[in-house]
Amino acid sequence: MAQKYELKSKEVWDGNMAAAHALRQAQVDVVAAYPITPSTPIVQNYAQFLADGYVDGEFVMVESEHSAMSACVGAAAAGGRVATATSSQGYALMVEVLYQASGMRLPIVMTVVNRALASPLNIHGDHSDLYLGRDAGWIHLIANNPQEAYDMTLCAFKIAEDERVRLPVTTNQDGFLVSHTAQVVKPLQDEDAYKFIGEYKPLNPMLDTKNPVTYGAQTEEEWHFEHKANQHKALMDSPAVIKEVFDEFEKISGRKYNLVETYKLDDADIALVLMGSAYETAILAVDKAREEGIKVGLLMPRVFRPFPYNEVAEKLKNVKAVAALDRSAPMGTTGALYNEVAGALAANGQSAIMTNYIYGLGGRDTTVEHILDVIKETNENAKAGKRVTDLQGFINLRGPKLSFN
Amino acid sequence: MKNITNLKEFACTPDRFQGGHRLCPGCAHSMIVREVVNATDDDLVISTATGCLEVCSAIYPYTSWDVSWIHIGFENAAAAISGAEAMYKALSKKDKLYNEDRRIKFVAFGGDGGTYDIGFQSLSGAAERGHDFLYVCLDNENYANTGGQRSSATPLGAHTSTTPRGRVSYGEKQRKKDLTMIMAAHGCPYVATAIPSTKHWKDLATKAAKAISTVGPTFINALSPCTTEWKFKPEETTEIADLAVETCAFPLYEIEDGHKLRITYRPKQKIPIEEYLSRQGRFAHLFKPENKWIIEEWQKNVDEYWDYLQRREEAGV
Repeated sequence: MAQKYELKSKEVWDGNMAAAHALRQAQVDVVAAYPITPSTPIVQNYAQFLADGYVDGEFVMVESEHSAMSACVGAAAAGGRVATATSSQGYALMVEVLYQASGMRLPIVMTVVNRALASPLNIHGDHSDLYLGRDAGWIHLIANNPQEAYDMTLCAFKIAEDERVRLPVTTNQDGFLVSHTAQVVKPLQDEDAYKFIGEYKPLNPMLDTKNPVTYGAQTEEEWHFEHKANQHKALMDSPAVIKEVFDEFEKISGRKYNLVETYKLDDADIALVLMGSAYETAILAVDKAREEGIKVGLLMPRVFRPFPYNEVAEKLKNVKAVAALDRSAPMGTTGALYNEVAGALAANGQSAIMTNYIYGLGGRDTTVEHILDVIKETNENAKAGKRVTDLQGFINLRGPKLSFN
Repeated sequence: MKNITNLKEFACTPDRFQGGHRLCPGCAHSMIVREVVNATDDDLVISTATGCLEVCSAIYPYTSWDVSWIHIGFENAAAAISGAEAMYKALSKKDKLYNEDRRIKFVAFGGDGGTYDIGFQSLSGAAERGHDFLYVCLDNENYANTGGQRSSATPLGAHTSTTPRGRVSYGEKQRKKDLTMIMAAHGCPYVATAIPSTKHWKDLATKAAKAISTVGPTFINALSPCTTEWKFKPEETTEIADLAVETCAFPLYEIEDGHKLRITYRPKQKIPIEEYLSRQGRFAHLFKPENKWIIEEWQKNVDEYWDYLQRREEAGV
């Protein structure tokens, strides 16, 4: 039996420590992982918990991320609670198995610390890895600070394992900016956290050998489509459960989470849409802009997949102009967040003027002033009633101005 | 360890790998698999790499597996089984097992592509970590599932679809990788070679029983003559396997604790390698005068390796 970890009502944790404590409190049966910057401390912290008797599950340090996710799939199919952590190249190496995990409807939780993808090699935060996995059939939750990294990881288990969902879930936090930035975190006590997540609910476990099961069958053209459509349906239906879990979490923690988070959006003329630690920078920029008389608000999808397009459209229905900020190289088109938001608006007959900004690649600083510039440009579009700025701009990029129209 | 007395009794063990699968007539995979899964009375959880066995045994909505079974990908059968085995350990520790009265053993199957090549890393990792499982390589010396491409198990001179014989080529240029010894070098408590055979059925059954009952990572490299790609008649499968042993092209031996080597069958009179090569279409071109040297090379390699095994056995190392 694992020992109880005495926690103060307020701890000073970085995002990695917050995620590691959430895994510990979930009493995960198998963690199979491979270290990679900047998520390495999650598994290091977890290893220390194990070494000190605070964890009694199995901890399998495999020889690659591909094997990490493969072992997670084997363990989850065997029938128990499973989690891992990764970033960037490790995430990329896992991609094949991410699809297999979701295709087998295995409720694995992966705490992702977002980092750029090579080449050129870069260890700092951006959303390239998150975007790489966006079609992998996982639920993706976004955390903007260590408190949220902790809260989202606890919620992730409850969402993933719900009989109505049974899908793998990632929690995402920005490399270094969240993962290595210590802040005050208010944790739940061990028993409260575990009670919230609940006992693991087995579904077709391989280890119930009296009832043998086959996982990972072959389906060709006569069945593959039905399987994938059903899997998509499970994702599309999951927001109801996600909302339930967030509501339940609010009751025990006092912290309220939503499919779509907003800041000062109710009376706003213009809106910025972005995810991750930059959202917090943008909050400061919004306050400044409002002092200057610009009625600007913010929106962030807390859940990147399934994308809450109706909620996004509803929240943005009164704004005249929207700037979507993507922290990933769009490589030949507009950014993914831009596309999602534009699609959400179009689907609901809304016609806010939309622009796209690329920012923060490879950990490039994005300051309050940078966001203020975006707010001012977006406001110009709103005032003009048409787009007068570039369709796609780049924030804090060195060299000659780069933009696309 | 299961006590295996005679073939009739062994053959009457209830099937855990059912007929009706779509493997080729004469495929050795099913013979090997049936022998392995019948070699224990314990419950089994099995993982299988992408390959002939996988695509032919679990085509939705059917399955040939009357045991818990998982297939993830081509390169991760060992990682998958290591995860399942870790879960078994975790639930045992926490007193949360599903069936307290059953003992579960873990087995992974992979072809030579999924084992020698793309799955080698995950196999090496799982073996090094010491998971309690048996890995069985169904070694048919080529990527048979995808139309007979070469693998690092393909032997010298073999025609494959990616090392074809041609006007200026005699086929595969490399010798077969010695995976059994590589697995022994991992310090696995038990590794062995085996063949599907009417003559040597007990050799495989005993090795499988021994491997499954040994605690820790164990490995069996089972030669799986491939009627489709080696080009012999489907009814000749076990004959070809026997010839591989009688010529010492594929000697039967086992190694305990990474070093104690024992030859489990010693041909009375080693048959010349031509007898083995000439029975398979994949080697037909070696019998042209200009390729005679390859057969000589084959014989030399076989003799040297057989000599090496005998010396090791004699020296007890």
